[in-house]
Amino acid sequence: MTRFVTLPRIGTATAWREAARSCLAAGIPPEQITWGGIDSPRGLFDQPDIAPASGTTNVPRSFIQLADSVVWHKDPSRFAQLYALLWRLLDNPQLTNDRGDAAVARLRRMQKNVHRCQHKMKAFVRFREVGAPGAQRRSFAAWFEPTHHTVEPTAQFFQRRFADMDWRILTPDVSAIFENGKLRLVEDRFDPQLPEDASEELWITYFRNIFNPARLKVQAMQSEMPKKYWKNLPEAVAIPDLIAAAPARARAMAQNSPTLPPGRMRSIKAQLPAPTSAWTGPAGALPAAIHACTRCPLHREATQAVPGEGPQAAKVMIVGEQPGDQEDLQGRPFVGPAGQLFDDIARSAGLDRDRVYVTNAVKHFKFTPRGKRRLHQRPSASEIRHCRWWLDAELANVRPNLVVAMGATAAEALTGSGTGILQRRGKVERTPAGHDVLITVHPSYLLRLTDNDRRTDEIAKFRADLKFASHVLAQHSA
Amino acid sequence: MAKLSLQQKLAILSDAAKYDASCASSGSTRRDSRNGNTLGSNEGSGICHAYAPDGRCISLLKILMTNFCIYDCSYCVNRASSNVPRARFSVDEVVRLTIEFYRRNYIEGLFLSSGIIRSPDATMLDMVRIARKLRHEERFRGYIHLKTIPDAAPELIAEAGLLADRLSINVELPTDAAVKQYAPEKNPDQIRKAMADVRLRKDGSAERSHTGKRPPRFAPAGQSTQMIVGADGASDATILHQSTRLYSSYRLKRVYYSAFSPIPDSSAKLPLISPPLQREHRLYQADWLLRFYGFELGEITSVTADGNLDLEIDPKLAWALAHRGLFPVDVNRDSREMLLRIPGFGVKTVNRILSTRRHRSLRYDDIARMGASLKKARAFITAVGWTPGALTDSADLRARFAPQPQQLTLL
Repeated sequence: MTRFVTLPRIGTATAWREAARSCLAAGIPPEQITWGGIDSPRGLFDQPDIAPASGTTNVPRSFIQLADSVVWHKDPSRFAQLYALLWRLLDNPQLTNDRGDAAVARLRRMQKNVHRCQHKMKAFVRFREVGAPGAQRRSFAAWFEPTHHTVEPTAQFFQRRFADMDWRILTPDVSAIFENGKLRLVEDRFDPQLPEDASEELWITYFRNIFNPARLKVQAMQSEMPKKYWKNLPEAVAIPDLIAAAPARARAMAQNSPTLPPGRMRSIKAQLPAPTSAWTGPAGALPAAIHACTRCPLHREATQAVPGEGPQAAKVMIVGEQPGDQEDLQGRPFVGPAGQLFDDIARSAGLDRDRVYVTNAVKHFKFTPRGKRRLHQRPSASEIRHCRWWLDAELANVRPNLVVAMGATAAEALTGSGTGILQRRGKVERTPAGHDVLITVHPSYLLRLTDNDRRTDEIAKFRADLKFASHVLAQHSA
Repeated sequence: MAKLSLQQKLAILSDAAKYDASCASSGSTRRDSRNGNTLGSNEGSGICHAYAPDGRCISLLKILMTNFCIYDCSYCVNRASSNVPRARFSVDEVVRLTIEFYRRNYIEGLFLSSGIIRSPDATMLDMVRIARKLRHEERFRGYIHLKTIPDAAPELIAEAGLLADRLSINVELPTDAAVKQYAPEKNPDQIRKAMADVRLRKDGSAERSHTGKRPPRFAPAGQSTQMIVGADGASDATILHQSTRLYSSYRLKRVYYSAFSPIPDSSAKLPLISPPLQREHRLYQADWLLRFYGFELGEITSVTADGNLDLEIDPKLAWALAHRGLFPVDVNRDSREMLLRIPGFGVKTVNRILSTRRHRSLRYDDIARMGASLKKARAFITAVGWTPGALTDSADLRARFAPQPQQLTLL
């Protein structure tokens, strides 16, 4: 004995779900149900609908999603296919995740068809204005011919987008009408012959002119905008012309010889040198020279060189390694995570950052790109040597009483040796050029320590080093 | 000169805008107008409302505010020395076009660019004014993409980022030397600093303040840029190196590659060729491999001797053919990283394989149903009921994929 289940054209998804639940609760196998209603005829010996059954059935969420799309497919066998899968899910609930199963693959393909049809509807519905000019609420209408039964599941998209106007999407299947904030669905409309709309001419003008005749790719256009939609797209009237004329237009562009510049070129040229902008580099001679530096290859990758910052007569100069990601973007030294840690510890050590000169041994950021991040790389000996030029210039300018070298790179740049930092730290060394250099670790070393005790210990030592620097600062300022 | 009609202006200023490749409307904040007193929505994924016969998506009203320009960039149709007809939209005209097109469901929003008139600041100010009017007076919630003028004042960029979904600044050419040669008024350092500024502002807008309040989102769909391919002599390795640098430094959403295309009234400085569309396509493929498939730049560009991508076969296949020792890969056992390297497998296919193989072993036919292109993949995989045997190492493997050699015609 076969059951016959009728489903309505509007509200199909809910109706199917309820019917399927009843059939499942009654234990009716797929081969005993004929699904019909919209487009399948009733079998000769079919029984009328079964009564709705109570009770719950658990099905995977992925099946619900699949069914909610597939019910809108135009294939008359879609309900039967869905129910057959539902029946198999009772034994094997994981089945919807099996992308290799033939029945699942077929349903997934149907789901994809429906999604594509919905997407194309969102894209290709073209409204024409139908309301009276000057009306309080503007009114639009469109005629559209979807491939599947996609009006109902897609209508909400238009509701979300165009809620401040009235609109109707009329189709040969189900039509959506939105008036004064209320959406309703009606069946069976015929092509209403909507009035002309002046904006269409502007749209076609745009379509003609945004096309580049030198890159004709008709196939690419048609695979995304199939011909079946063309009759309801106003811009499609321009397509044959555009395709036909494209090769000649491209040839003409290539063959036309260059013309002489127009007369206004001279007045334009006169205007040009004026603009200077906020992005122009710093004004001072040394920072400007550092900005323009191309002594080593590092400048090719970085955003900008980061010169030192602070009072030109500072008694203490702090030298770090090189700018990091943030410093490179902002163009200022010691503003990234290590710079912030330095600021915190310096403050607690009584060292006022505004009274010292802070700079880096190397002025450009060295990194390797990794996806959306830049991984810091240590500068090489040759890069440090090349950048010495600028560090020396800064030292000659500022003439500090004490230089604090933070980390191996700074120590190498200042003393010629970057090894054994942990043994040398906390001691003042005299450089060949006659500067007193206090060796300490780089704050990024503190950030990298994972062991908490060790970290507290190292931070205390670093603070002691900065305290020494702040003493020197106080002595020489007094 | 007679006053131009709106239609004539639209013709001139959309014609002038078509060399910008970007037309994306995706990846912004989700928002809608259900409340009934605003217009428009954005649902995350973009919508292409039409396709031109050049195969390009038309998602946005892509126009120039004006094509008058004081710069003289050789590759550009709007350069000062060109004799193309010029026009200028008023603020109201752009706003009206955008709204009327949007209400008829022609577009997702506006992509506004401009030639530089008077000064960078004055130009940027006019563009910001248009965006401001759309957002505040028309209560427009669709998508807005503003081209940033690199030399404009930071305050203007700050406001532009709050009004627009996406900002973009074109680096134009792959090397600084080429920019200096062909776009003498542009400064590549300043372009990069402006991109750094956009990234910093975007990062800053993601951080909550101490009260837990989130500042207004800055350019939620991120920033993008465009490079012209084939105008200068840069190799693909140089171009891709430049894009990895830009992606990592400024968190760009996209780098667009635009095959240098003949323009009306071209400059004598640049050769007019038919646009290298195949090269552009291969660059996009390589870009995807770098961002989504775990490839390193060196792996892709070291396959050929001159650092240019193989035009006949895609870069993943070219890499696989050069590293056949790593294949065949067992789809039932090997890691995700390795599966992503199989030619003919996309990210979705790999995800489907991984989720299915948890439950059962995969047969050759299963793979076909998962969206893989087996014509390419079959030589590189093993599955239940399939091993490629000598196919993986066969000498004519490349010839199976490369287009047939064309015989030269006598005439």
